[in-house]
Amino acid sequence: MDLNELLAIAEHENAMRRSICIRCCTALGCQSAGSLSLKQRLEEAVAEVDRTDIEVMGVGCMGLCGHGPLVRVDPEGTLYERVRAADASSIVAALDGGEATAPKGDPHHPFFTLQKRIVLENSGIIDPERIESYIAAGGYQALYHALHEMTPAEVIDVVTRSGLRGRGGAGYPTGLKWATVAKSHGDRKYVVCNADEGDPGAFMDRSIIESDPHKVLEGMAIAAYAVGADQGYVYVRAEYPLAIQRLQRAIAQARRHGLLGAQIFDSGFTFRIDIRVGAGAFVCGEETALMASIEGRRGQPRPRPPYPAESGLWGRPTLINNVETFANIPPIIRNGAEWFASIGAETSKGTKVFALTGKIRHTGLIEVPMGVTLRQIVEEMGGGVPNGRVKAVQTGGPSGGCIPATLLDTPVDYESLQRVGSIMGSGGMVVMDDATNMVDVARFYVEFCKDESCGKCIPCRAGTAQMLHMLDLIRAGRATAADLDQLEQLCMMVKETSLCGLGQSAPNPVLSTMRYFREEYEALLADRGSAGETMDR
Amino acid sequence: MAARTFTIDGQLISAREGETILQAARDHGIFIPTLCHLDGVSSVGACRLCLVEIEGSRMLRPACVTPVVEEMVVRTDTARLREYRRMIVELLFAERNHVCAVCVANGHCELQDLAVTVGMDHVRFDYTFPYCEVDISHPLFGIDHNRCVLCTRCVRVCDEVEGVHTWDVAGRGTDARVITDMRQPWGESHSCTSCGKCVLACPTGAIFRRGATVGEMERDRNKIAYIVAARDQRW
Repeated sequence: MDLNELLAIAEHENAMRRSICIRCCTALGCQSAGSLSLKQRLEEAVAEVDRTDIEVMGVGCMGLCGHGPLVRVDPEGTLYERVRAADASSIVAALDGGEATAPKGDPHHPFFTLQKRIVLENSGIIDPERIESYIAAGGYQALYHALHEMTPAEVIDVVTRSGLRGRGGAGYPTGLKWATVAKSHGDRKYVVCNADEGDPGAFMDRSIIESDPHKVLEGMAIAAYAVGADQGYVYVRAEYPLAIQRLQRAIAQARRHGLLGAQIFDSGFTFRIDIRVGAGAFVCGEETALMASIEGRRGQPRPRPPYPAESGLWGRPTLINNVETFANIPPIIRNGAEWFASIGAETSKGTKVFALTGKIRHTGLIEVPMGVTLRQIVEEMGGGVPNGRVKAVQTGGPSGGCIPATLLDTPVDYESLQRVGSIMGSGGMVVMDDATNMVDVARFYVEFCKDESCGKCIPCRAGTAQMLHMLDLIRAGRATAADLDQLEQLCMMVKETSLCGLGQSAPNPVLSTMRYFREEYEALLADRGSAGETMDR
Repeated sequence: MAARTFTIDGQLISAREGETILQAARDHGIFIPTLCHLDGVSSVGACRLCLVEIEGSRMLRPACVTPVVEEMVVRTDTARLREYRRMIVELLFAERNHVCAVCVANGHCELQDLAVTVGMDHVRFDYTFPYCEVDISHPLFGIDHNRCVLCTRCVRVCDEVEGVHTWDVAGRGTDARVITDMRQPWGESHSCTSCGKCVLACPTGAIFRRGATVGEMERDRNKIAYIVAARDQRW
């Protein structure tokens, strides 16, 4: 494969396009609402009217997952929501002036117009099951460019200057991580893509892989070239069967086209990618536990340092990045560091993909520039709460915190979210309305962490179990003000002494709800009368 | 080998390069409580009792796996550390059914010693009283999971010193248990050589010699370090 062949594939693919394209979402959310049979019916309907200028394409996530299955007719851009298979022929008939029976969506709603799509640029547009579709959208040109026109050091320099930070949640500067792995010595190096997304309510990584798997592979290949690795692993959870299937297909296609494997683009660069499927442990999203799992050992974390960049898989330097981080790489190489750095906020560049869920009108996947406020996301894009008012927004999953409605003007960037007691996290965003009890919310997340604790270190194993027990006492009205103080102390201890990120962040949902909604805890205390609190619910 | 000079609790300490804070502290008679650490086997930093404060570091660091760095300033005995250590020991007592009065290790138990060290006069958490099994299918030894603290010293000594790996951990969180082979009764284990190193390694009375009664079981844990040293230094 060389550049001319790549461009020939793109040209051929574009020449094959029909003038009207009916795009039908085939990501997991819409599939579960019946989009596969819908797509089949659309194809049959097109065949029935015998029009050669219309094609039906299965595409990835269009974003508005709560209103699926979604169908969009391009180039006019008509969006149909909650489409049933029975609506298929009317959608095709609408192209000849008929009336479609499916409800029409508003493509000019802020949900779409406030987005800035970099990671999701191809999502909902290309066919994720065909490499030609990705190549036609400019795919793998960034890899060619990196291999033939840049040195590894130059690639790292571009990533560093772009200001990209890890999208897995902690926000570590990506360029710095790459440079560290590049400088570490080892007879072999590895690149690992962390696709073990496990936060309740989060589905960003799944959607990215299901909608545009080649982009992740291309990002990994560029990373491998930059740090000097020849083997990659995608660690993806077993609960994502469609993502695994599309990844497998994408890897096979890329190998067949010489875009993975030996001598990629006729250069000396060799890179292979294998998939490792998790077995249902949340803690395996922690990088050291993830590596232990890849090595075939019990998935539990170990103390850092040494960091994976120095001693990772089988003791060798290993670069671990999140799915979304890798997906940002091809656009950065294509458009340059300055372009990326011009988007977003002061210390948080680029965009962030969020899975917007909870008590909100428009549930789905959005990508926004860093620095937009929570209010814009929740009220404008999400359309607010259907019945009632926003009470809090939970970001960062079980590691994050609840941000009260009074702080909705907080901009979405790493530092601002940390200041208000939450974290960016991998991008789960759960909206809660005023019917939600915050003690119940805290209990939900603590129970999750207690169940997912690996049991290695005592503070996380025994501490989260005690936190859950104490929350249950509070909810049963059997706790006192002294118990509340003790819970707070226990939370601080678990936070500061646990071995890995799971334990260190497990108390966050309790601490943040106690900080902003303490009256809800106090209202449940057995001795609330003596404390002067007489809130009745 | 180069030497490193640094400070623990205001005292100037010299240590060899690559030594951990724990080794250096012990060489100078500075006590740092430990539970999962065992001389002779690898350290895992799991019990979090040896956490120390290091100036300039936001996080608390486990002394057993943190190498010394020139001019680092370490504090091992602050009010915060004392409180956290006590809470950790209390969590252990509340987690399973530790009844010293009927335990073979009474008087010779590291968990009991820790409770005294951290000044645990009572447990502030509710006891959870879980159901735990006792396996006495092995002719010489037994394991009482009521007394297990999941330090994994048995796992490591069996794997690293005896070279057998009969022991491992199954399940997660509070359901985690040390197991023999593929979780079959110890007496049915094909890999166990009945060497008894796990009995030596166990900090509590969880793994015991059959026939020992209350307070009777004393162990010479130095034997493990002795075996390792003898093997490393043979000519």
